[in-house]
Formats: sequence, C-alpha cells, structure tokens
Amino acid sequence: VKKNSLLVAFCSLIGSALVAASLGGQATPKIQFEKYTLPNGLEVILHEDHSTPIVTVDTWYHVGSGDEQIGRTGFAHLFEHIMFMGSQNVPVGALDQLLEAAGADINGSTTEDRTNYYETLPSNALALALWLDADRMGFLLPTMDLAKLDLQRDVVKNERRQRVDNVPYGRADETILAALYPQSHPYSWPVIGSMADLSAASLEDVKNFFRTYYAPNNAALVIAGDFDPVAVKKLVAQYFGPIPRGPAVKRRTTVPAVVIPRDKFVVLEDKVQLPRLFYTWPTVKAFASDDAALDVLAQVLASDKNSRLYKKLVYDLQIAQTVRAFQESSRLDGKFQVDVTPMPGQKVSDVDQVVRAEIANVIQNGITTRELQRAQNSYKASFLNRLASVLGKADQLNFYNYFVGTPDYVQQDAARYERVTAADVQRVAQKYLGKPKIVLTVVPEGKKDMMLTAAGGAR
Amino acid sequence: MRAFRSSGVMGVIALVAIPSAALPQGAFDRSKPPQPGPPPRVALPPIVTRELPNGLKLMIVEHHELPLADFVLLVGSGSTTDPVSKTGIANLTSVMLREGTTTRKSLEIADQIAFLGINLSPSSSWESSTLSLHTPIAQLDSALALFADVALRPTFPADEFERLRKNRLTDLIRLKDQGPAIANLAFPAIIYGGTHPYGAPTLGTEASVKSLQIADLQSYYQRNFKPNNSTLIIVGDVNPNQIEQKISALFGGWQRGDVPQLTYADPPRAAPTTVYLIDKPGAAQSSFRIGAVGVPRSTKDYFALSVMNTILGGSFTSRLMQNLRETRGYTYGASSRFDMRRAAGPFLASAEIVAAKSDSALLEFMKELNAIRQSVPAAELARAKQYLQLQLPGNFETTQDIAFQLVPVALYGLPLDYYNNYVQNIETITQADVARVAQQYINPGSLAVVIVGDRKSIEPGLKATNVGPIVIRDMSGQPIR
Repeated sequence: VKKNSLLVAFCSLIGSALVAASLGGQATPKIQFEKYTLPNGLEVILHEDHSTPIVTVDTWYHVGSGDEQIGRTGFAHLFEHIMFMGSQNVPVGALDQLLEAAGADINGSTTEDRTNYYETLPSNALALALWLDADRMGFLLPTMDLAKLDLQRDVVKNERRQRVDNVPYGRADETILAALYPQSHPYSWPVIGSMADLSAASLEDVKNFFRTYYAPNNAALVIAGDFDPVAVKKLVAQYFGPIPRGPAVKRRTTVPAVVIPRDKFVVLEDKVQLPRLFYTWPTVKAFASDDAALDVLAQVLASDKNSRLYKKLVYDLQIAQTVRAFQESSRLDGKFQVDVTPMPGQKVSDVDQVVRAEIANVIQNGITTRELQRAQNSYKASFLNRLASVLGKADQLNFYNYFVGTPDYVQQDAARYERVTAADVQRVAQKYLGKPKIVLTVVPEGKKDMMLTAAGGAR
Repeated sequence: MRAFRSSGVMGVIALVAIPSAALPQGAFDRSKPPQPGPPPRVALPPIVTRELPNGLKLMIVEHHELPLADFVLLVGSGSTTDPVSKTGIANLTSVMLREGTTTRKSLEIADQIAFLGINLSPSSSWESSTLSLHTPIAQLDSALALFADVALRPTFPADEFERLRKNRLTDLIRLKDQGPAIANLAFPAIIYGGTHPYGAPTLGTEASVKSLQIADLQSYYQRNFKPNNSTLIIVGDVNPNQIEQKISALFGGWQRGDVPQLTYADPPRAAPTTVYLIDKPGAAQSSFRIGAVGVPRSTKDYFALSVMNTILGGSFTSRLMQNLRETRGYTYGASSRFDMRRAAGPFLASAEIVAAKSDSALLEFMKELNAIRQSVPAAELARAKQYLQLQLPGNFETTQDIAFQLVPVALYGLPLDYYNNYVQNIETITQADVARVAQQYINPGSLAVVIVGDRKSIEPGLKATNVGPIVIRDMSGQPIR
C-alpha cells in the first residue's frame, strides 16, 4: 500500500503500552487502545504512551477527493486548507499562533479517501488542541467568508504549481489517472485538482461540503501519547459532545469496472531533457486478497540493486537512470505502476524490451526464495519502525479503523505479508501484469516522436 | 498537505519552568481557549561517552522503548576538502562505501541489507561524512558486522565507480530540469564565489565528475576516515558496556592517523544588493533565494539568531510565511534560515513564487528583511521563544530523533549538557538581542537576490522594483560569456 503523495508519510511508529516481542520470533507488537463512540457519532480512540511527554491529536474525516463532483476537483483538499482559517471562537490566524506558542507541530493532509488534521504537542497543551479541533468541527461556518476561500484558493494553486506544474514529470500522474479510469470513477482525477476547478469553487460549495461531510458522525478522533484517560474523556465529552450529529453520509462502496481491452499509448510533453516511461495496470484495492502479494512483487521488481528491473536496466545494462515499481491501493481500487527513466541517448523502445522481458520472466519462472525473504524481512522491519512515534501510531490507528473497521489491525496487516508465497507473487504477476495496460511516455517538448507506441512496445 | 514546515534551528531538551497561565476553571465557556498547564519536565537521557584506544569516540544513549537501535558513524571531513577542480570527491566516496569491501561485493551488500531488514546509508555534507545504520536488535550482530565492513574495508571497485560516474553525470543533467535545484546551486556559488569551498557544488560538476579518478577517492578516504577524526553515536535498546565491547571488537583495529586541519579563505566581500536572474523559460513559479554569508555554528549569537529567525521565517506564524502566503497568497511557503557550519554558512530567505507576482513578492521580501531590524513586539518574541522551548521534547522521541540531535553535539563540540541548558538559553533572549542580531547579520543593502524563473515575463517587473541592478547568470550562477 503505497501512500498517496498528499498523505503525510507514516513516520515511523510503538510505545510503552505496546507489547514488544523479540524479532527472532518477530511478532509485530500490538497497539493497546480504547475505542468508544459519542452519542453524536464521533468515534474516539485513545492510546496511552507515557515514554515522552508529548501527545498527538489526529482527526480523520472520512471524505476525500473521491467524493468530489465533476467540475469541483481538488475541493476536498482546498477545504482542508480552509479548516485552518479560524472558526466561531478562533479568529483568523489564531489557531496557528496558539498552537505554535504551545510548541505544536501542526498539519493536515488529503487523499482520495480521507482528510486528516493533526497536532503533536507537549502534553500540557492537549486541552488547547482538542478545543481548537472541536471549534472547527462544530462552528466553522459562522465566520466563513469569501476572503478566506479566495486566499487559500491562491495558496493551493501555488501548491499545485510547486508539486505538479513546476516539477519535471509532475503532470504524469493526472495524465495516467485520466487514461486509466472512466470519468465516473472517483480516482480518475488527482487529489490536488485542476486550476479551472479550483477557480470555480464557491462559498456555497464550502458550506454544502461542510454540512455534508464535516459532521462528528463522519469522523474519528485519535489521541495518542502522554495523557490521563479519565481527564481526556471528560474534555472530549465537553468539547465535542454538544456538536450536533449531521445527516448520515452515503459512503460509496463500489467503483466502475476498469476495462482496458488493449495496451493504450499516451504521450505528454514536458520541460524535461530525458523521456520517462510509465506503465500502469489496474489491480485491487487495499487489503484485497492479492494486495500484499502485489506489494511484494513491486519490491522484487524495483527496490534495491538486486531487484529484477533495477539490476538489469540500471546495474547491468546501464541503459536506465532510475526505475520504480509500486502497488498503490486505496479504499476502493488500486493500480500497479512501473516507471523508468532511460539514460541519455537510450531509446525508450530498448528500455521497453527489457521491462517486458523481465516481467515475462517472473510470470513464466517465478521468483526465488531469497527474493521473497528479502521483501518479507523488509516489510517485517517496516511494521516495527512505524510504531516509534505517537504521530505514527495515531495515524495507524485511524487508518485501520477506517479501512478495515478496527484500529487494532497492525498484527493482521503484518501477517498478510508473512503469508505471501513465491507462487502467489508469480500468480499475481500473471493475473495483473499479464493484462493490457496504460503506457505513458513523458517526452521533451516538441519531441512527441520519442513516445513508445504499439509498434515499438506492444505485446 | 498544508505546508512545508522547516525551521532553521536546532532542537533542544529539559523544559524548566516556563511562565504559564493558570489552568482553566469553573464552567465551560467555549469562547475562551484553555490555557496550557505548566510544561512537562523532560529529562534528556544521559549521554555515556567512551573513547577507544585508537581515538574513536562513542556517544551512547539508552532508549529501550522498542527493540531497535540507531548508529551514526560521524567522520569529521566532507566536501570542503575537495579541490576546486575536483568537486564531488567526498560525496562519491561516501556513496562508494556500499559498493564493495574486501569480503563483500556490491550486490552482496545490497542483498544483506534487505535480508536483514535494516537501513544502512552513507551520506556526506560540507564538513562531515556519515554512515547510518538503523536495525532491529534481533539482527544487531549481523548488522554491525556489515556496518563495520562497509566503513572500514571499502575497496572502491573500478566497474562500480564507472557506473556511479555515469549515473551522477545524468543526475547533473536532470538537475537542470528543476528551478528550485538550480537556485539552490547558484545561490552559494554567487555569495561564496569560486575560491571558497562553500561555493562549490558537493555533487560535483560535469567537468569535475568526468575528471575524477578512483585514486582521488581512495586517497580522500585514507586521509580522512580515521578513528581519531570520528564519533560513533549509538542510540537504542542497548547496554553501554556490552555495546562498547562489540564496537571495540569491530572498530578497535582501525588505525589512527594525522588528519589535516583545513583553513578556508575568507568569503568575498558582499556586493551591494543585486538581483541575479537565471532564465528558466516557461517556469510556473520563480525560485527565490535571498541572502548573504551568515555565521559559523560557534557564534555567540546562536540563541538570539534562533529566536530572531523563528520570527522572520522559521515557523508557520513567522513574518515571511504570514505575509507571502497567508496574507497575499503568492506562494505555498516562505521561510528563512541560518545554515551554520564550522565557518560562516549562508543566511537565506526562500520561496517558490507564482511567476506573475515575482515583482510584488520581491518587494515584500525586502520589506520583511528591513522590518526585522526594528524592535519586535513582546508578544511575538514570547511566542517564538515558547515555540523553540516547547518543541524540545518532541525532538527526542525516537531513536532516530535522538541520534539526529547528537550529531551537532559531536560535530561542533557542543557541551554534553547543551540540551539541558537550551530552554534557559532561549529564555534569556530579549527584544534588544533580537534587534541587535538582525541589524548585525541581515543587511538589506548587501544581499544576493537569486531568482530562477521565466525571464521574459518577470524581468521587466523585477527591474521596476529598483531593489538592485539585474544581472543575468547561467544555470550554475556564473556570468554568461
């Protein structure tokens, strides 16, 4: 499960309340927690860790760019920015001033599936963070105005320029999404949205979005770190309890089928000196039965020097500068991507021949035990690393709570990777990478003839 | 994500009493923010120091929360030893550590790293080179054996070097696709000129990388990778005596040697404020890097500068961020920092600005760089001080966090109780201190304003600001011939 670029990276994540097992036996530690639901529907998840006198408050709203309307792409993320602009009892700018004076780290992030807001701060200021988060959950609209929207609209357009438009290959992702998914698919547009749609967002959109999605019954509040649970439950009841429940949120559970009858070749001109090839196959959503095997396949294909594509393209033949592979799975759907940057003077068709041959080799002959072990051991260690910080643990609890219905899933998640066999990896390579795909070539401006075509690369 | 948050200040620990308001009381009134209680007391775990007979210093911190450990071998030499015509030596030497040892080939090293589930990464900077290891305790012995092998017995194989050279030359080509990367290279080249090592690119240039020989890397390694030039930082689920024994067994045979001490030429005198414009046709944003030569890490004004910079551009509520982003919407983020090194590193303010607002943004930058020299309001000063003081506990949360905090202690010879005194040192800073260091170290009349952007559309506006003469430079920051 590769995280979307707009999602705050899972820092590392355990703590005092975790039962750490020896790595010889390698049981992934369990995160102790308590979960309850307020009468207004807000889910509350508490995890104590007194090892450092800090605490994270991490609120997940179960809405993301996948919930946007056509013509309003990027709105969920724009709304995230507006949530920092103050609320009924918090003047513009006061949220940041109060929290920074308390020593807090503050941020938010938006993905296709959800939006989160977090503060990590010394434990003495926990009440302040809860009060601020309650005010914007319950009382955002009374002081909302067009000036706040317009200001953050400009900021977000600059975020798009900084992350997409002014970055080499930055528009590849949205080009792939549009080619891969039908327009009715919730992942067919990028989280950041288009400039035109950001311009079109209105104050009325802000109000409707808030009333539809920013209700306690569509959110989960995780508090992780150094706190007294009795005192915290009182504060949560006091601050969040009176916020009225909103209308039930209709959550999408299915997506349109993604059908690619034959390889589809796409080209994008960009301000780059070297072309780059992107291959994308439709796969499965997060936690589907083949998801973990696809993650392992990605490691086997392109991770370190011994991975198949890296070794052949970058290490042995030295015809490519970079190669990456990942299974990117979200709540409703997933895709597998391989991208390669040829070395100067190398033809994309020559690189393509090698990519196809290496994938065919995995499909026909499978992988070795050592390759499987390397990938599994790396995953094993990564689950331990995710438990080092309270922010990491808070986000894990929220992630599992939303995606699989229980915060307590880290051990089961780790076990998915333990169960993957070499035969599974070979099978998923055949089942998904053996099918037609989207092939995007990003080329230097004016050099469309460099693109990979069916003649040069079709199966 | 909402913002890139970067602060140009080092971390801290041990929060002593900071004045704070009373706890909330009485009936709940939503209109009043709850006042934080007294800050928690934080005790930095003690740093155990040891020294092996060969001069290798150990700094050990026990941290038993998880079965993990972090090791950072910090060698006190880096890119500043590169001759001007051979930049890239220190950087490529650190990369080559993982490419072969007397007992392991490049692919075997990569195989073991993945098989053990560890991270083993070399890196280098201006005045240091590091080899970092992050490992589960269950793999400690195997991981340490590999770590020591890579650090002490690299063989610099010719075929691996040629591959990396090709790769590096391609990296350098691809850098030119990125406006921010061009600005990051051109800014130091302009303020330090061609003779000071801080002006040279650590990754090397096309010409230098082409000219390097393996012997250059080997001799750099032989001269500088010495135990008496190094500190090994160890943080995690370890016992100091036991880990010292293991380290002694692995590193005890490392031979000490004389390491030449470097002295640097003085940087050139700063020119009157000049706008150096580098053309990046069609760029959606202009990359701004504004600054001058700053101060060394040894400056007596470290704490005053930390507070002043927090107010200017070192936090989200800083003036640059509030003005350029939260008031005007010209950028996704603006910041400033003092990059302190053994000698005076750069001071710089930076942002990626929407092309059409390049001229307005330049005026706002200059306005803030002037305004910070006036006395700052007491409330703003208090907020900045509390921000620095109260961030301290979070900087010591994980083994990796702690190891990171110990690097400047080892590299710059800070006292071992540095973090224990940090809060008090920040507390002493006054409005007068902030004004004094701003006036001393930020001179709006002699700044280099480096802007990488679409010349055709932005040059007329920049010229009209009259901030300084416009000088056109190439992508390396050099005059165009």
